[in-house]
Amino acid sequence: MLEVALRHDFNGFTLDVAFEAPAGVTCLFGRSGAGKTSVVRAVAGLLQADEARISVAGERLDGLPVHRRGIGYVFQEPRLFPHMSVAGNLGYARSGMDPAPVVEMLGIGHLLERRPAALSGGEAQRAAIGRALLSRPRLLLLDEPLAALDEARKAEILPYLERLRDAAGVPMLYVSHSVAEVARLATTLVALENGRVVRVGPAAEVLSDPDVAPVIGIREAGAILAARVVAHHEDGLSELAAAGGTFWLPKVAAAVGSEVRVRIEAQDVMLSAARPEGISALNVLPIRISTLREGEGPGVMVQLVAGEERLLARVTHRSARAMGLAEGWQGYAVVKSVAVASGNVGG
Amino acid sequence: MSGWLGPAEWQAVALSLRVALVATLVSLPFGVGVAWVLARKRFPGHGLLNGLVHLPLILPPVVTGYLLLVSLGPQTALGSWLEAAGLGVAFRWTGAALAAGIMAFPLMVRAIRLSLEAVDPGLEEAAGTLGASRLRVFGTVTLPLIAPGVLTGAILAFAKAMGEFGATITFVSNIPGETRTVPSAIYAFLQVPGGEYSAWRLVIVSVVIAMGALLASELLARRVAARVGGRDA
Repeated sequence: MLEVALRHDFNGFTLDVAFEAPAGVTCLFGRSGAGKTSVVRAVAGLLQADEARISVAGERLDGLPVHRRGIGYVFQEPRLFPHMSVAGNLGYARSGMDPAPVVEMLGIGHLLERRPAALSGGEAQRAAIGRALLSRPRLLLLDEPLAALDEARKAEILPYLERLRDAAGVPMLYVSHSVAEVARLATTLVALENGRVVRVGPAAEVLSDPDVAPVIGIREAGAILAARVVAHHEDGLSELAAAGGTFWLPKVAAAVGSEVRVRIEAQDVMLSAARPEGISALNVLPIRISTLREGEGPGVMVQLVAGEERLLARVTHRSARAMGLAEGWQGYAVVKSVAVASGNVGG
Repeated sequence: MSGWLGPAEWQAVALSLRVALVATLVSLPFGVGVAWVLARKRFPGHGLLNGLVHLPLILPPVVTGYLLLVSLGPQTALGSWLEAAGLGVAFRWTGAALAAGIMAFPLMVRAIRLSLEAVDPGLEEAAGTLGASRLRVFGTVTLPLIAPGVLTGAILAFAKAMGEFGATITFVSNIPGETRTVPSAIYAFLQVPGGEYSAWRLVIVSVVIAMGALLASELLARRVAARVGGRDA
């Protein structure tokens, strides 16, 4: 259990944030300048907030100096000590922990004797994650740890973070402005805007909230849902079962029976009053509209209920009027594309 | 070397080395401290401290020496108190070391401060989050990273202390065996007929020591920089 309540006056910007989150990965999400990094720095004690109440598993952290807080901090840049080898960096915290399992999980065994200057960006960031983990933290803070990396390196590190979430059991506070990362990792999502919390809750719930869509960005807004791989068919498609219905996706890299997390962007969902016939889209689900949110632009963000899951769809005002969309409206959602967000649902 | 140098010349060289070494080693911790304060802290009086540290660089050395004499000389209250405590510096080699240390201080602080400003504070933050106290952060992260700058500062200060003349001769005079350092000795030899040969030998010694110090610092700094710069050395 993580509890954070902060107030801090910067020049012309006030941070006023309070949230609680269960174990797992808590993602702080919002545009740049929303105050995400300030929250994390205050939790670490690197920023002395005017008012702070921070507790992890019932233990108060505020009031303690940085080095007594027992937090691990992975920064945007690796910040490895250049005058020490990777092994020296990993051992810096002197926690007495056996480094072997962490080294193996992060795949950095062959780098131990190297100096940080001789590492690639991805290798250095993995070493930095290992160094933070080996301080035996009661809370791991990750401030956009993948932001400085290219797509290939991100793809290399994300699975390690998932393993951390699922295997290490260390609660994490994760800052990101990438919806893809959030969809993949978050157990709890805290949406921030202008130094304030817009919404806190389980990731799937917050992501499918039409009111949060503007914070996320209309183009990237979308829901995540849990699904199970039912079968891999011979024509190259995988069959996934979710609470709201069945999805067909191009072959998913997960074994039959495994749980996956899929992400459906609002702009990839069309609505139809009657069950559509003779269309190329494979994924059609019966739905009911639970809420509508009119934006400032030409679009309307619609929250749909399919089974017990929630989806988001983005339609134009004109279509909404013509089709008479309203709360309780029943029809069908045509999903143009579905992405597997993660090998595991997590949390 | 003592065979080639006359006893008076050798005395001056040995004294100069001792004065410069003591001046450098004693002022080094203060140099690091002052450089750290100037580089990392903002407070009222920051400019004043900075100016004070740099004053000996701008003032005529004779003025610095005279100010030392009127504040620490045997006739002054502070001077007689130090004398009574057995720490008198007036007309002693320790006074020469003090004068040399003060004259060399700005150069030392400047070099260390520059290297401190080049250290990424993010590394120190990271060390703190890993459970290191401020003192441990300084000892294990900051100090190793500024080592090349500290070394450069120390060598510069040593060279400056070896050559210091104006403040020394004004403060502690030119007493053979006590305060007659190499520059003072060269000056003294040039005042007497036939002293040119002694002066020349000391000039050669000065050049050799200065060049040696410079080469040694270059070599050491390169090795230290390679060690802390992340390349496998």
